[in-house]
Amino acid sequence: MPSMINSLKDALEKKFPGIKLRILRDSLLLEDPQDLTRVAQHVKESPAFRLDYLSSVTASDFLDYLETIYHFYSMEKKSGPWVLRVRVPRENARVPSLTPLYQSAELQEREAYDLFGILYEGHPDLRRLFLWEGFEGHPLLKNYEQENADTLEARDVEWLEAHGVKVPETMKKNAAELKASGKRALVEKPTEPRQA
Amino acid sequence: MTLLDEIKKDGEILEINFGPQHPSTHGVFRMRVLLEGETVRELKPVMGYLHRNQEQIAENTTYAGIVGFTDRMDYINALSNNFSYCLTAEKLASIEVPERAAYIRIIMAELARLINHSAAVGFLLNDLGSFFTPLLYALRERERILDVFEAVTGSRMMCNYFRFGGVKRDLDEDSLAAIKTIVRKFPRFLDEFETLLTSNEILCMRCQNVGVLPADLAVNAGITGPTLRASGVNYDIRKIDRYGLYDRFDFKVPLGKKGDVYDRYYIRILEMRESVKILEQALQALPAGDFIHPKTAPLLRNPRNFKPPVGEAYGRTESPKGELGFYLVSDGTPQPWRCHVRAPSLINLSALEAMCLGQKIADIMIILGSIDIVLGETDR
Repeated sequence: MPSMINSLKDALEKKFPGIKLRILRDSLLLEDPQDLTRVAQHVKESPAFRLDYLSSVTASDFLDYLETIYHFYSMEKKSGPWVLRVRVPRENARVPSLTPLYQSAELQEREAYDLFGILYEGHPDLRRLFLWEGFEGHPLLKNYEQENADTLEARDVEWLEAHGVKVPETMKKNAAELKASGKRALVEKPTEPRQA
Repeated sequence: MTLLDEIKKDGEILEINFGPQHPSTHGVFRMRVLLEGETVRELKPVMGYLHRNQEQIAENTTYAGIVGFTDRMDYINALSNNFSYCLTAEKLASIEVPERAAYIRIIMAELARLINHSAAVGFLLNDLGSFFTPLLYALRERERILDVFEAVTGSRMMCNYFRFGGVKRDLDEDSLAAIKTIVRKFPRFLDEFETLLTSNEILCMRCQNVGVLPADLAVNAGITGPTLRASGVNYDIRKIDRYGLYDRFDFKVPLGKKGDVYDRYYIRILEMRESVKILEQALQALPAGDFIHPKTAPLLRNPRNFKPPVGEAYGRTESPKGELGFYLVSDGTPQPWRCHVRAPSLINLSALEAMCLGQKIADIMIILGSIDIVLGETDR
């Protein structure tokens, strides 16, 4: 496996002089996310690799940064997986979209945008995939705080009443108390520590 | 000018929401369709009605605890999901699987494939308007296999049977005899099924040249499984990756020519015949030995004992719906840092619009049925 990824690194460095690459656990990290499009274009078309099949696009939150991870295979040469990854800051995370090159990225990039908030630039239709429009936050980020679905907040009460739903007095009172104390109704995080 | 305005100019334009409560969407799936007369001009899939964010649930549970959650993804064939997940976790922690366990896994996974393909074909026929007769023929066979699953794993559908380094329970003599009977009788069921369907004129007229998926688009859109092979691309992960012990078995990969709905139907029939071949060989060669690696006993005692080294692994199997991949990142604790599922049901929908454009509205259902999705896996 390491030899495979080394050959990819050498080929890319030869093709694009000055490109910054790093090998990380059998995968190739592109230091500059903007290189992604030309690298993907090259590996898709160059006869040495022919990575015609983008199997998986996903993201992961590593606290200091977000990563987008791509698993490529070649159906023609029956080789793989070839793993590419890019790192972006947590705030204002932007990665070029691979959807124009690989249609299989379309739904997966929408999924990663939905759950991590990474903006894939150049995606034709970047909307939330699973969650509804108007949902706040991105649930797979490690600092995501989940709302408690059983407790109403003041603005929930407002919304419900505006839509003609009767809200019990006790729930209204609780919502008003929450608002007065300046707190939000959040689910407590699991107390069990991630012991090593 | 948007497409909507353009068509409005020409004449009648109808916007239809198929689903989420439609019996032919195989669950809660919605398609926003623009129709010109009866012809489809645009189709956008909308999903998420069954979203539980299992990836987040996985981050808050132990590695062993996730096995039960994978059952709930593609609930038609829970065992294939178990297989893929356990393979990835074993890759991450470098656990070996004894030979008998590997054989048992293949037997169970292939039985699950029989269930899935017969149910998929049955439901496809339902979508075609031949209500319930073919489906109930298929479900009759499925019941026999589910009885075996119940005897072996304790549950008919949510099997939770695979463990790291093997399986939960050994196959006893009674179950083996039952599986042998099923395998012996299954080709007869397929013959009966094919007599009814394969050269049936109505089925041919309705399915041939409908929803054609060209091979290059199929590869580019990441389509996998029978849907890809119906387009004539020879790509079966059992042959490519040779995971488990699949390299020991002699089986063919059936390929389609055109990539229309009929090919996708017929590929599934042929794949069931190949699965029967694999099952026959596996039952013949099933060796004696451990059904789980003895070194994994501490993991069974307490799931928090399973702490894979820091790293990551991507494992994939040929599940009946396509390539089912798991991507695990470990930080050395008993809980995964990240657990991503590459769900074939979701990614096979990438080409749905391309397949449906220019077709009639009544064909959308059979095109969707021929892709064979399960919404538990699409939405996760």
